[in-house]
Amino acid sequence: MKIGVVTFPGTLDDRDAARAVRYAGSEAIELWHDDADLKGVDAVILPGGFSYGDYLRCGAISRFSPVMEPLIAAAKGGMPLLGICNGFQVLAEAHLIPGALTRNQHLHFLCTDQKIRIENNTTAWTSSFSEGQELVIPLKNGEGSYQCDDETLKMLEGEGRIIARYVGENPNGSRNLIAGISNERGNIVGLMPHPEHAVDALTGPGTDGLGFFTSVLKTMVSGGMK
Amino acid sequence: MATIVVDVMLKPEILDPQGKAVASALPRLGFSFATDVRQGKRFEITVEGEPTAAQLAEVEIAAEKLLSNPVIENFTVRVEK
Repeated sequence: MKIGVVTFPGTLDDRDAARAVRYAGSEAIELWHDDADLKGVDAVILPGGFSYGDYLRCGAISRFSPVMEPLIAAAKGGMPLLGICNGFQVLAEAHLIPGALTRNQHLHFLCTDQKIRIENNTTAWTSSFSEGQELVIPLKNGEGSYQCDDETLKMLEGEGRIIARYVGENPNGSRNLIAGISNERGNIVGLMPHPEHAVDALTGPGTDGLGFFTSVLKTMVSGGMK
Repeated sequence: MATIVVDVMLKPEILDPQGKAVASALPRLGFSFATDVRQGKRFEITVEGEPTAAQLAEVEIAAEKLLSNPVIENFTVRVEK
């Protein structure tokens, strides 16, 4: 299985994301923001960092990169797409998922090992987990407060599209403790904390993050998201 | 040359922690006038000559597509003499 990892200027976590992909048993394919070609990959990860220096708004300029055009089309066609942190912001700016990520409520950049709970294990990126499973993975962001209008929030709750929630105190002011959401089909997932930093006990709080990367492999082997 | 100004503000219902931080810093400096502060962005776009109606219409589209995120922000477009 080939999983593309996009590098924008200012991306930081592409190598960790590629490593996580390999640990989970897939092949990681480097994709460059300026290439309008997905190199035949089966799924794509938009990793974390500060693409285009977070100028204008986080993800606002990356969203118009050449690679985004075929990526948006493929994801709308059902290809699994995971946006982590800055990648989540890019997904929101591209309107592939509803809502927006805004400045942390307390205004500080945060970097911590965060407990989250899997709320929906039927998406392309969460099927390896059990519902209600708690994980500890790093959370590091300045603009990670998930915001949307009341109607959207009700829709996300009603359709089970909140795929993960923070456990304990709200770390950044996200509505309803949202750590991650999916699109209606469940192939596109945006996640604020970083599973790719929790795939090896040597360099992370554990290996809880690996499940996101094994999930997509499982999804693809079983024929993708219907 | 003329300047087209685009002001972008968070929608009223969206929490603005930066504005709140400014609002709480003002009294520390002895300023007691503010009951609330909202922080936004201002873009000054320079064009040749007087802006045409077509140009202003394009700026509106650019403001909606790129300069603002309509999910959380409102914008206004005006010409500055």
